[in-house]
Amino acid sequence: MSEASEPIVRIRNLSKAYRRGTQVIPVLTDINFDIARGEFVALMGPSGSGKSTLLNLIAGIDSADQGSVLVGDVEITRLGESDLARWRAGSVGFIFQFYNLIPVLTAYENVELPLLLTHLSRRERREHVEAVLNVVGLADRMDHYPSQLSGGQQQRVAIARAIVTDPEILVADEPTGDLDRASAEEILQLMDRLVHDFGKTVIMVTHDPRAAEKAHLIRHLEKGELSVT
Amino acid sequence: MFFLKYILRNLFRHKLRSVLTIVGVAVAVLAFGLLRTLVGLWYAGAEHASDTRLVTRNSISLVFPLPISYLDRIRGVQGVTTVSYGNWFGAYYKEQKNFFANYAIEPRGYLELYPELMLSPKEKNDFFLDRKGCIVGERLAKTYGWKVGDLITLKGTIFPGQWEFVLRGIYHGKEKATEERILLFHWSYLNETLRQTVPRRADQVGYFVVGVKKPELAPEVSMAIDSLFKNSLAETLTETEKAFHMSFVSMTEAIMVAIQIVSYMVIAIIMVVAANTMAMTARERIGEYATLKTLGFKGGHLGWLIFGESVLISVSGGVVGVAATFPAAHWIEVELAQYFPYFSVSSETILLELLAALSVGVVSGIFPTWRGATIRIADGLKRIG
Amino acid sequence: MGIPYSYSFRNLWTRRLTTVLTASGMGLVVFVFAATLMLTEGLEKTLVETGSSDNVVLLRKSANSEVQSGVERYQASLLESQPEVAIGADGMPLLAKELVVLINLKKRVGDKPANVIIRGIDAASLKLRPAVRLKEGRMPRPGSAEVVAGESVAKRFKGCGLGETLRFGMRDWRVVGVFDAGATGFSSEIWGDRDQMMQAFRRPVYSSMIFRMRDPSAFDAYKARVEADPRLTVEAKRETQYYLDQSEAMATFLRILGLVLTIIFSVGAVIGATITMYAAVANRVTEIGTLRALGFQRKSILASFIIEALLLGLCGGVLGVFAASFMQLITISTMNWASFSELAFSFTLNFSIVWKSLLFSAVMGFVGGALPALRASRMNIVEALRAT
Repeated sequence: MSEASEPIVRIRNLSKAYRRGTQVIPVLTDINFDIARGEFVALMGPSGSGKSTLLNLIAGIDSADQGSVLVGDVEITRLGESDLARWRAGSVGFIFQFYNLIPVLTAYENVELPLLLTHLSRRERREHVEAVLNVVGLADRMDHYPSQLSGGQQQRVAIARAIVTDPEILVADEPTGDLDRASAEEILQLMDRLVHDFGKTVIMVTHDPRAAEKAHLIRHLEKGELSVT
Repeated sequence: MFFLKYILRNLFRHKLRSVLTIVGVAVAVLAFGLLRTLVGLWYAGAEHASDTRLVTRNSISLVFPLPISYLDRIRGVQGVTTVSYGNWFGAYYKEQKNFFANYAIEPRGYLELYPELMLSPKEKNDFFLDRKGCIVGERLAKTYGWKVGDLITLKGTIFPGQWEFVLRGIYHGKEKATEERILLFHWSYLNETLRQTVPRRADQVGYFVVGVKKPELAPEVSMAIDSLFKNSLAETLTETEKAFHMSFVSMTEAIMVAIQIVSYMVIAIIMVVAANTMAMTARERIGEYATLKTLGFKGGHLGWLIFGESVLISVSGGVVGVAATFPAAHWIEVELAQYFPYFSVSSETILLELLAALSVGVVSGIFPTWRGATIRIADGLKRIG
Repeated sequence: MGIPYSYSFRNLWTRRLTTVLTASGMGLVVFVFAATLMLTEGLEKTLVETGSSDNVVLLRKSANSEVQSGVERYQASLLESQPEVAIGADGMPLLAKELVVLINLKKRVGDKPANVIIRGIDAASLKLRPAVRLKEGRMPRPGSAEVVAGESVAKRFKGCGLGETLRFGMRDWRVVGVFDAGATGFSSEIWGDRDQMMQAFRRPVYSSMIFRMRDPSAFDAYKARVEADPRLTVEAKRETQYYLDQSEAMATFLRILGLVLTIIFSVGAVIGATITMYAAVANRVTEIGTLRALGFQRKSILASFIIEALLLGLCGGVLGVFAASFMQLITISTMNWASFSELAFSFTLNFSIVWKSLLFSAVMGFVGGALPALRASRMNIVEALRAT
């Protein structure tokens, strides 16, 4: 791991607008900011401020109109559809508000999903999956289906799925938005551990000030523009 | 392997929906197979016709007879082995709805030309010796419960009156395709009766059946026969039995074409139903597809997932349909015996049935596959919740 | 309190693709349903319109068709002088002794042979068939080898067009006219001078006799008397009945075929409707819960979904009938088994077929929608609201 001062995410002049019919609605205008390696960043802002869009752009699941996003030394805004998919598979983990587990797959199989895109053998996959399920504390639940797990447990499975390929950055979109206080607290502590014990970089969009407190850095988005708190 | 497991689990997600779709495809495939078999049967008579038999008839049309005096001249044509002759009799048994094919024929030559009508030597001999004797096919005998020795009375339509025959033999077909719903009796019985009642209609035959030594001689012999009677009062038209059958078949072709179109339409209908189901299924899972894409899966992966499900459902339906075809065909063969000489499904039909099911799966999968594969992740994720 | 109809309608509109697909599946079924009815209707209409109820056909006893029949000359002369025969304006009896045979002709398209009815006509033949009108050329001169062809024959068979020649009975016959017989079986016939034809075909007897009744209500008495006459071996039929009998075998076949196909097809369509409506219910669980929470009753929910299914079915029905209406442009020609001759007829749409088809489509929609609607109405409010 290189020095902590070296930024892992560099965003330059990033703009994005949505078209609704003939109307053009700007979402992000000329965003510039860096995220250092090993940081836990919270993006806050009212609905429609563009925070989720920004997150999607960093995770490479949406495309920008202008500007660039560099993650590590990859300029993901220049990658094609196929390269981008390959990059996502190895370099970023995504945590969703509604967990987005595949209902017909068990906890184990859900976590195994990203590994299917690698060349690992069945045994190696098993080792990885069991390791991350241990990290999130669900090794005993791996044969359960999502519907048999509580919200907090489902989110922990989702986190296991996000880290199973050992990506450097994790992006989380309102990871506690659908959880009760106790479960939310568990999830936040888990993410904190990922930053401190495993050196992950976490970028989290949230509404919840309590969640934001866990972060090292809180950034506010307002009408597509960024400010630091 | 993993994808197959995933597809299978997806199949069981909406059990009712999958089962309904499978049943739908199965019914369509079954209908397709049976309709095709029906159309095939229509042409079967012509297909099984012998190519060493020619039929000579009046060139104007079948309703015009030929004089019996032509017999010796046809016999004299080079390449001809046996000549027999007969008349379409067109009578019915008791009621008009009990209609079956019946012919007045010259028995010895006829049975020699049609070795596929199998009779025991005793029955054959009894038939030859009894001027009022007749023989029928096994299936016909079964339909009306006739036994050898029974007196059968037919009501004539072309040759008016009540005609009495003694059943002298029941033949069975050498092959499955051999028609077993025919009654044959002595042409001389008809002719002698006509001599007394309507002398102007006597000594005439509807057609001659001409045996040739080998199939290659057929065109030559046909031309030789027709040229014998060129510019006479009754010009002849000689063609192979196959062509003769085909001329009948082609007259009702419009209906057969309609049935054929309909059999493809069944598949089209189920295609629409299956496509709708798949579109619905894919739409419900758009969020899931977006999630998978976020994890780094590509459009192609998702494509296989959706396409595989579509094909699997349809092919399952196809297999069920094919499996149902055999008992259905058997049922038709047994229960509707008087309408169909046999009802056996060809392997080609089975293959086409499976192909139809497969194409239903492929076609109904195309649109949802394309939608799923090209979905923009950000849009797909929005649909969740 | 009921849920407004517009709710059902808008829901169909919102899921346009599914609605269109399901409706077109049903539309295809309705199309087949309507098309077979139209075909049967067309066949019957053609053969029924061919006959006129004032006319009587005399055939040899137990002959099924004119082609099989034969009426001896001495019997014909007895029958000619019966008092029931109407007298025309020219003082001659309105009675025709005709010769009807089949000849084998080749089609212009495909060169395939088919049997065509050729009718040797009498002086009164034309007067007895008001539907037959000369369209082009002229009628054959008596005593000449000339023929006129029905429009459908002229169009479809080789050598039957105006000015062309046909060869049969060792003679060449010139087609000097084409007649229009509307939607009747005569359109599929060729007419020529009877005596010339009897000579050419070496037929000493007539095939059939047709005459107009002086008093059509006297038919039953006439029939009883003629058929009981020991000198005669004929059977009398009203011309309408005769042609109806001719259509029976084919119409029955088409009807059974149509019924079987429709049953098979509707299984597919009903399955389609069921799947669609189940999905409609599944997608709207929360909505249904909300409606129930607002105070709508189970039966309102049930009615609303049933109406949606009925609307879906009717959409299919309208689509199917619309498509089927274009089939009216198509003329089918096939061998009529009863007469062994080629007969042309068109798909015919009438009001009764339209409403039968729409009713059928609504029933399919109802059957498909019943179970899903029941499920929607039985849903537990609390669980429905909790579902996402």
